[in-house]
Amino acid sequence: MHNSAIDFLMLSAPQLFRGLQQTVVIAAAAIVVSTFGGLLFGVLRSLNIPFISGLLRLYLELVRAVPLLVWLFVFFFGLPIALGLDLSSISCAILVFSLWGITEVGEVARGAIQSLPRGQQEAGLAIGLSTPQLYRYILLPQALRRLIPPTMNVYTRLIKTTSLSVLIGVTEVIKSGQQIIERTHESLLIYSALFVLYFLLCFPLSLLARQLESRWSHG
Amino acid sequence: MTLYPMIWRTELSVSFDGLFILQHWQEFALAVWVTLKIGLVAIAGATLVGLFNAIVLRYANKPVRLLIHGYTEVARNTPLLIQLFVIYFGLPEFGIRLSGEVSAWIAMIFLGGAYLTEIFRSGLQAVAESQLESARALGLSRWQQLRYVLIPQAWSISLPALFASYIFLLKETTVVSAVAVPEILYATTNYIALYYKTYEMLALMTLLYVAIFVPLSLALHRLEKRVQHAQFGY
Repeated sequence: MHNSAIDFLMLSAPQLFRGLQQTVVIAAAAIVVSTFGGLLFGVLRSLNIPFISGLLRLYLELVRAVPLLVWLFVFFFGLPIALGLDLSSISCAILVFSLWGITEVGEVARGAIQSLPRGQQEAGLAIGLSTPQLYRYILLPQALRRLIPPTMNVYTRLIKTTSLSVLIGVTEVIKSGQQIIERTHESLLIYSALFVLYFLLCFPLSLLARQLESRWSHG
Repeated sequence: MTLYPMIWRTELSVSFDGLFILQHWQEFALAVWVTLKIGLVAIAGATLVGLFNAIVLRYANKPVRLLIHGYTEVARNTPLLIQLFVIYFGLPEFGIRLSGEVSAWIAMIFLGGAYLTEIFRSGLQAVAESQLESARALGLSRWQQLRYVLIPQAWSISLPALFASYIFLLKETTVVSAVAVPEILYATTNYIALYYKTYEMLALMTLLYVAIFVPLSLALHRLEKRVQHAQFGY
């Protein structure tokens, strides 16, 4: 039927690529929201404002209380009933992955800010900086180095997690692969290709994270 | 291609039917058991793989070390769902036909083994050099050094990270529902498809997972605090 595996994969590439675009859209959206939301989450948590801190803690524990796939199903099947809100599967995936990503990046950010020597904050306050100035000029620039490598690891986890969106019916890269398999029955070849594809997306990011981490921990 | 039963999103169920849950409690208990069983098999298998790899990494020559590092990178940079699909749908082309549950075990041990390799490796590295020197000075053999000095200390250094990974693995069991393993999430989708009890099933599923994971994460918090107080070997 096919001359070789390579020919077959070349023929399948356009359809896989269309699915990959959806995967990238989900991952990119979740990464952007998680980054900004997570930074805000981390800063707010580090400020220790009584009511807000408790609220954020509650949000964090709720997200962690059950597996991510459970939230995906609860949001996808539960929101239409509970709120009459008919989200498309792709927006539901982006929403759930973002809510999760915010807590992950947020905890990284909080840890990075709180790991700075106490004297930094005291010195900033002593020279009369306001709290926004303290964060803008003293804490955040220093926290950034401790924050970037683990945040990149969160990104790779987010990219891997996008695979779950096929389970609520998003036509992303795995779904595209499954459509090809239904036509050609080449499951081993297609799933191996998807395996390699995900590895190519995630591995460079992990590698970069590790390099930055070892470079900056000596600096 | 995924083996979930077909579910349509409905707004049919109007009231909460708690009786339905009570009538089917045995089936849900079974689903909880399947979740725990897969989780425990994965945890036990991954612990053995991780411990073995970490020890081999310490003593083996370069090609073997590269092989192990290659494995951990590949396993950690690909999604569990794809690993599972390669095993469950791909391997039959080689004549290897595994049930959903066995595929789930293999995939989860493959994934978890890589994470635990890293945890045990850094745990072994964190044991103070003087401990090893003393062991050697006492004339312990390499095996005795591992058995009585290195592993016990590395174990307690790694404990919080280890426990966190176990929770992570237990959460990943939800993914194996995609190959029709009848654990909690699969059972939930099944009952929604059969009886349209969307409300009840989603609530029950969430409750069951909360009952499993909230005590575990509380235990993790306590463990982290205790280990902080009990650092030794320095």
